Amino acid sequence: MKVKENLMKYIFLLCACISILAVVIICLFIFVNGVPAIGEVGIVKFIFGTHWKPSSNEFGIFPMIVASIYVTAGAIIIGVPIGLLTAIYLAMYCPVKVYKIVKPLINLLASVPSVVYGFFCLVVVVPVIQNLTHTSGKGILTTSILLGIMILPTIISTAESSIRAVPSMYYEGALALGATKERSIMKTVVPAAKSGIMSGVILSVGRAIGETMAVVMVAGNQAIMPNSITSGVRTLTSNIVMEMGYATGMHRDALIGTAVVLFVFILLINICFSLVVRKKEK
Amino acid sequence: MSKLKTYLKHPFSFILLVLIGICAFITVASILFIIFFIVFKGVPNLSADLFSFTYNSKNVSMLPSIFNTIFITFGTLLIAVPIGIFSAVYLVEYTKKGSKLTKVIRVTTETLAGIPSIVFGLFGFLAFVISLGWGYSLIAGILTLVLMVLPTIIRTTEEALLAVPDTYREGSFGLGAGKLRTIFKIILPSATPGILSGVILAIGRIVGESAALIFTAGTVANTATGLLSSARTLSVHLYCLLTEGLYTEQAYATAVILLLLVVVINAVSNFAAKKIAKV
Repeated sequence: MKVKENLMKYIFLLCACISILAVVIICLFIFVNGVPAIGEVGIVKFIFGTHWKPSSNEFGIFPMIVASIYVTAGAIIIGVPIGLLTAIYLAMYCPVKVYKIVKPLINLLASVPSVVYGFFCLVVVVPVIQNLTHTSGKGILTTSILLGIMILPTIISTAESSIRAVPSMYYEGALALGATKERSIMKTVVPAAKSGIMSGVILSVGRAIGETMAVVMVAGNQAIMPNSITSGVRTLTSNIVMEMGYATGMHRDALIGTAVVLFVFILLINICFSLVVRKKEK
Repeated sequence: MSKLKTYLKHPFSFILLVLIGICAFITVASILFIIFFIVFKGVPNLSADLFSFTYNSKNVSMLPSIFNTIFITFGTLLIAVPIGIFSAVYLVEYTKKGSKLTKVIRVTTETLAGIPSIVFGLFGFLAFVISLGWGYSLIAGILTLVLMVLPTIIRTTEEALLAVPDTYREGSFGLGAGKLRTIFKIILPSATPGILSGVILAIGRIVGESAALIFTAGTVANTATGLLSSARTLSVHLYCLLTEGLYTEQAYATAVILLLLVVVINAVSNFAAKKIAKV
């Protein structure tokens, strides 16, 4: 009996360690393969080089870094205000009957596969932008709209739950002092929910920067420095997915180097996230 | 009337109210638009040809991809669910709150959850397809997805286990049951709805995944014949149809089926969540 108990305890422990092992192995594979490639190209040349021409051994991923940052920023600019105000509506204004319909819809939005988003954007948003700007329609603006929609559920659900967690005394106190409903929300409830809202924003930055398949379809994928809001760009993620299939040798290692840079971005975002969450717990 | 007067006195409050209304409308309208657009464009394009047993470039059948999606989903769950549940059991039942190991495991699962799927795909490609020499194969895709859904299952199971009242454990110990018996006969059964909702979340992620699969399970459009044969899931199938650019109509039809799958999975998970609320 005792033996069985102990045996199972170690089996449980072993399983718990698998996730540690997974992170270690993934990091090892990506860094061991990618870092030497970055070293070979030269770290400055790799990160700040503006030419990506694998055929002539030029591996500069600066355009991709800039593109990733641009589309993520665009997604935040579009997604955060809409998401936050929707969350305020859901938490403070929405009648129960409407809520029962809208909330599941938003949950559904969260689980729509990214290819479906990409497809939708390709056949609906791209032609509209094409007509409005007389360009190819694929580029920073379209990608930002796409990612802005994709991060909505994350922003809405985190913001809504943190707004609901604010004690109602704050809101009632402000009302009692004669502030209008909107003023009470904006000046007392939202500031009190700030760190929860921030953690939602950081989560969606992670999602936007890591999104791949939908972005590949609508970003245009030119590996050059963007010069306007409608110019086609290639993000870090799409660089990997587009060329990994046929890349060999140095080219493949440079792509893994791209993943290293992406990984570092994600780790930074994770650190920000846990800092915000820890601050909230205090 | 008094409301109107207040708003006349405070124009900014009124503007804010209007903005809140507009934003809520935009959110709901875009969701409905996406769903109805896909459904209206897709349903007329559904045909019997699309569900033939074998794929060729004439019928562009999605049935093999549906089978592959089912294989990959089951394969992934078969490995990930026991590991995930056991990890959560260890974290909740065997460690003290705030122990070092728990912290390390929590940090690593959070990291794992934040890694973009393309990085998982790249890892799977380097580790399983190239280093282990399996080539594009079902098993490479399954193992990659196991790593990807593990954090989801661990976290939801953990929450479900924490929600089991301590009186259950004490009661079981009081009747003379050992720890193992308590876990398997008392704790896990009462945590089942919570665990189930985690599993369903994981299924949703597997069905929707494409970036992690394209370089691990590959893109062969026919039903897989074994663990080492390459196969595309429905999401990858949709992506391939779009990049080939010749099959827009079939792509619409595929998107509808994919969306339908997601809606069903979502509905089941809502149902499970309601059951938890009752327990």
